[in-house]
Amino acid sequence: MEALKQELKSKIVEVLNLEDIAIADINDDDALFGDGLGLDSIDALELIVMLDKDYGIKLVDPKEGKTIFKSIETMAAYISENRVK
Amino acid sequence: MIVTKTYIKSFCTIQNNEILLNGKTVFGTESTVFSDFSKKAYQHLEMNYPKFFKMDNLSKLAFLGAELLLENEEDSTIENNTALLFANKSSSLDTDVKYQNSISDSENFYPSPAVFVYTLPNICLGEISIKHQLKSENSFFIFADYNPEFMEKYSNVLLGTQKADKVLCGWVEYYNEEYKAFLYLVDKQGKLEHNQEQLKKLYNQ
Repeated sequence: MEALKQELKSKIVEVLNLEDIAIADINDDDALFGDGLGLDSIDALELIVMLDKDYGIKLVDPKEGKTIFKSIETMAAYISENRVK
Repeated sequence: MIVTKTYIKSFCTIQNNEILLNGKTVFGTESTVFSDFSKKAYQHLEMNYPKFFKMDNLSKLAFLGAELLLENEEDSTIENNTALLFANKSSSLDTDVKYQNSISDSENFYPSPAVFVYTLPNICLGEISIKHQLKSENSFFIFADYNPEFMEKYSNVLLGTQKADKVLCGWVEYYNEEYKAFLYLVDKQGKLEHNQEQLKKLYNQ
């Protein structure tokens, strides 16, 4: 799980072009949206594409994203349970 | 009413890894790719606007120029009626091609929403408007070449009909690492006369 969390932090910084954020500065329970990393709605769509592309997870209900993308912790837990690749 | 005399208050050129403001170099790097050049320029200008890194190259080019011309021009606490009038030759083709590549393989079909949102040239006007809190007139035209005649007339109409207090004009061309931006602020006051000859001269400097 720890390796997956690190992998997610690295991918989020790279895929979402968060040039001003260091991987080491992201805590597992930091909010990804709002006051945390400050991601926006387009970032949320990118994360949905990333789940599909890298882990084979297709989100059928976009509303699920609100819970899944709450933090690195919640993302890693969801991916661990649902990944097909 | 068409105003008879308008002025170029300030102007900016970005090309060949160099940024000039009113004819003087404010930033330059050794030969490099645009992504690297624009990142270094962002850092040099201490812009502190992380969304810059999410923009496509056309928007970065337009945004850098606008930043230099508008940063000391406006009081962001009040509404500024500065219109945006931009044009180029290649529209958003550079990003369109990138997006097309991301959807051309049915076995590897992962269209990027973040790339897709930049597949229109006028998105760069939105980026500038958000940053500078502009709720003003804005237009983006596609021409075969730099068109000072049209730009002069159109910006004078905007000023003369009270549609805007100032007009930020820009030729922002980007395709496949070839780029040039020439932006200038047109005002009713100033020293440098706003006319086609002047625009041609400054563009070719």
